[in-house]
Amino acid sequence: MLLELENVSLHYGRIQALHGISLTVDQGEIVALIGANGAGKTTTMRAISGIRPISAGRIRFDGEDISRLRADLRVRRGLCQAPEGRGIFPGMTVMENLEMGAYTRQDRAEVARDLDRVLELFPRLAERRKQPGGTLSGGEQQMLAVGRALMSRPKLLLLDEPSMGLAPMLIQQIFSIITEINSRGTTILLVEQNAQQALARAHRAYVLETGRIVKSGTGAELLHDPAVKEAYLGVA
Amino acid sequence: MSGITERIRTFRQAAGDRWRAAPRWVRWAVLAAVIVFFYALPNKEFYQYLGPIPTTESNFGQVLFTVSIYVLLAVGLNVVVGFAGLLDLGYFGFFAVGAYTVAVLTSPSSDIKTLWPWLAVVPIAIALTTVSGVALGTPTLRLRGDYLAIVTLGFAEMIRIAATSSSFLKGQRGFNQIPHPPGHYADGRPIFGVLDPRPYYWLVLTLILLVVFGVRNLTHSRVGRAWVSIREDEDAAQLMGVPTFKFKLWAFAIGAAIGGLAGALYAGKQNFVNSQNFELLNSIIILAAVILGGSGNIVGAIVGGGLVAYLIERFRGIEVFGVELYEFRFLAFGVILIIMMIFRPQGLIPSRRRAAELKDRRKEVIVGG
Repeated sequence: MLLELENVSLHYGRIQALHGISLTVDQGEIVALIGANGAGKTTTMRAISGIRPISAGRIRFDGEDISRLRADLRVRRGLCQAPEGRGIFPGMTVMENLEMGAYTRQDRAEVARDLDRVLELFPRLAERRKQPGGTLSGGEQQMLAVGRALMSRPKLLLLDEPSMGLAPMLIQQIFSIITEINSRGTTILLVEQNAQQALARAHRAYVLETGRIVKSGTGAELLHDPAVKEAYLGVA
Repeated sequence: MSGITERIRTFRQAAGDRWRAAPRWVRWAVLAAVIVFFYALPNKEFYQYLGPIPTTESNFGQVLFTVSIYVLLAVGLNVVVGFAGLLDLGYFGFFAVGAYTVAVLTSPSSDIKTLWPWLAVVPIAIALTTVSGVALGTPTLRLRGDYLAIVTLGFAEMIRIAATSSSFLKGQRGFNQIPHPPGHYADGRPIFGVLDPRPYYWLVLTLILLVVFGVRNLTHSRVGRAWVSIREDEDAAQLMGVPTFKFKLWAFAIGAAIGGLAGALYAGKQNFVNSQNFELLNSIIILAAVILGGSGNIVGAIVGGGLVAYLIERFRGIEVFGVELYEFRFLAFGVILIIMMIFRPQGLIPSRRRAAELKDRRKEVIVGG
């Protein structure tokens, strides 16, 4: 088991956002976390990456308890998140953004190789390597966020709403890339509002409602679950 | 109107491009010329040919010293505000800590009567301001944005009030006979005396060059990259594995140290320090100078600090319709700031990166409604 959340709770001030969440991600999997707006998907991501401290429960990563570990040290352990939406550095060029992704790494030669790999995965980024991140389109920024996270060579890649605000064609493209990244050996935990795509691509998935996990199963199972269909897939 | 601004913009862009395209030796030569110019500036033999630049009603050498202190402070504050993006409203507090450390340890009016020489106390002053920066930063830098501004504001006021009301810090009466920096001319006269402000100016100028060199190297290192990432998006920086707290504290400590150095230099020159030297307004002026010049850019901070301090002095002795302009210096300053923020929010000489960030933020405002 690569990642394990055990009864994780999280508060924003007095408001409890997560009510004892438990989930697991195994080596090599794509796991999706779906749910409506405000269900606590992004908060769960923040708890895992360490941007927000948890108030109860335990997070284990790669056999180690990281519940109280600082966010930057979690990155060094191999846990990297591509943040939701515009989480790129707007004033840095595409190349500088990608280099920031490798901030914790010392192995220059390997970093250079990974850079080539990322640029090959995202040819659009290669075309715009000298352009400031803030001037990219939404889709390109999303690719940059994913590419940058890959540059840290994570054991577990956390993707927060990779399809947010993208045109349907781009959504297809970004999900193909996610599958591609996974097939090359990176484990992925994915948060999505676009349940259709997420469930179709994921090995397993969890459904989150008001800070609780209400359902889990394989992607295919949930895709055909009547309740999930009605609530998240827009079919009665 | 737009035609003129457009033309100015293209001119500036062309100038910038030409500067970046110029061969290395040309840039070095220009830089050397600028440095020589500023070393020569306080000499009457030189500045008498400069037309309206020298001040009329006040000693030009003294004005240049004040300007140079402000430039040093602007360079220091730029590390905090410009590089790491931390809003520090009480930067002058560090200046005060530096000046008072020197005063307490050297002046005969001090209660502890150590009477140490100025030069020996300067490193202590810098160390103490750095410590005070770390002490202030450790609890507050975990917070974000507004909190830090309020806490720093409080810090500067605390120092000022302590200076005013504690008997140890002598309030308005202050500390006198603070020793000058050491050194004698060949004929035995001290280099750093009471009458000639020029050596002090040259000393500060030299230190500015050293500090700028150091800061520039830092910004081009991993530390600088970390600062930029924190400024642009602190969450994202953390998600990339940047220990954000550590680097914010670094920026804060370095800024504080530079402020302390400026305070120590000031005390060594003035030879008198009392509580009236540390009004809140000074913190605001330096912050305004950094923003005006172009926060995030060292050259911008230098220009901003120099321009603000110089212009305030330049108003002295100019009368329009029987009204002394100096009385209205802060009004004029305020108007200039407002105009600048409307037409050029990124400052006179912004870093190109910073300009891109501002543009991005504006877009965000529109998108977010």
